[in-house]
Amino acid sequence: MLELEFMRLALAVGVVVGILAPAVGFFLVERRQALVGDGLGHVAFAGVAAGYLLGIEPVLTALAFAVVGGLAIEWLRTRGGAAGDQALALVFYTGIALGVVLVSSAGRLDVNLFQFLFGSILTVTWGDFWLVLALGLGSLAAIGVLYRGLVGAVLDEEGSRVAGVRVGLLNTTVAVLAALTIGISMRVVGILLIAALMALPVLAAQRVAWSLRSTLCLAMGIGIVSVVTGLVLSYYGDLAPGGTIVLVAAGAFVVAALVEARPRLR
Amino acid sequence: MPLTPSVPALELDGVSFAYRGGPPALEDVTLTVEQGAFLGIAGPNGGGKTTLLRLALGLERPVSGTVRVFGLAPGARGAPRVAYVAQRAQLASGTPVTVRETVETGRLAVRGVVGPLRAADRRAVGQAIDRVGLQDRAGAPLRTLSGGMQQRAFIARALAAEPALLALDEPTTGVDATAQESLAELLAELREELGVTILYVSHEFGAVEHVVSRLVLVRGRIVFDGDPATLPAMWHDPSHAH
Repeated sequence: MLELEFMRLALAVGVVVGILAPAVGFFLVERRQALVGDGLGHVAFAGVAAGYLLGIEPVLTALAFAVVGGLAIEWLRTRGGAAGDQALALVFYTGIALGVVLVSSAGRLDVNLFQFLFGSILTVTWGDFWLVLALGLGSLAAIGVLYRGLVGAVLDEEGSRVAGVRVGLLNTTVAVLAALTIGISMRVVGILLIAALMALPVLAAQRVAWSLRSTLCLAMGIGIVSVVTGLVLSYYGDLAPGGTIVLVAAGAFVVAALVEARPRLR
Repeated sequence: MPLTPSVPALELDGVSFAYRGGPPALEDVTLTVEQGAFLGIAGPNGGGKTTLLRLALGLERPVSGTVRVFGLAPGARGAPRVAYVAQRAQLASGTPVTVRETVETGRLAVRGVVGPLRAADRRAVGQAIDRVGLQDRAGAPLRTLSGGMQQRAFIARALAAEPALLALDEPTTGVDATAQESLAELLAELREELGVTILYVSHEFGAVEHVVSRLVLVRGRIVFDGDPATLPAMWHDPSHAH
């Protein structure tokens, strides 16, 4: 398996995605916005369609669209008078509708599009790898530097605001990080399933962790194991990688829930 | 920023407020709170006491009138630090966040959001935890503690910010009577030893009645303002305000 370059590339990209997706998802889940990733995925779909229509690399247009979508959700939530789920619904449905219109205009309702929707390890290129590595490391560094502020903002947004913390800037940072994660993950996991990789490892980790830091570390560990195991299974079983990765993550949640319940069964 | 003793901790001048599309929640409220005061803000549910606190903290903006905290607009850069303990239900987390991790976030007000905590911050966090008597539970997840202990952890977080003004909204909701008494004593000690100004919102003020220096009853406007000992006996029943 590892003698194949596309598999090595997929695994390398997968490890970065496996760490980054739960790390960003941690802050979304804690803010009860686990579905934001789903909404941004649909906006990224419109970005892919725009890339096809304009003849630009779809990954780049998807990244740009997702970032704008993330900022739009945050703006609607905080200043536009829309509750969190309303902001999400507005961006979610506008994104998918725009994607359908653009894809049909470009005449690209084909296999290539499905690769972005559901992920395909065959499509990862060296260019993708360097883009994922740069954006992934940059995003993780941002989380590391702003960790205390991000934690304060998600645990007690108003308390942090009163303390003089620029919560709006931190929330916008999370929205942009979520958008970047979706943009760089869609080759491996697929637009429609990346949100699951942001949420499921965190939900699993919450069941067995003993602190905030251990939740984050366990979630990233579960993310890596899910991606690597999912890619290997998809290679040998000729399965869709995105779906396989997410099913492994869902399995990790079931295991974590059983571990959590075990003492009570005694 | 050093405190100027002559400047009131809080001033509301002719403040009125209504939530969007709703009736007035507060009308023409004027209130001056001196530094070092322990102000109880009580009244019926929906009477506007939490709104009054949110206006003081800059979380809401008045429709008319002005709000000043230590002589400045709420949230102004360089203003003395303010700490806010929201209602406990709003602070619940699905993640097993520990007491120490909770208290560490209080240092955001002092250290800012960038980079790790320093040794001095860790000392301040430890002292805040000791102060509320949770030193033996510092590593325990909050969700494993009783309501009273959780409330102490949130107060420790506020103390870690080394605030000049501490605002608490319904801190005794869901807390048993013993923990309520204990909380009142802790707050009285903080005021006495640290000189911190305390704003304490509660729909029932029985537990803190004997430690507050001043009581304000709010029902859309201020209907009583003075020493709690002078409050007419029938008003000790908060339902009377309805």
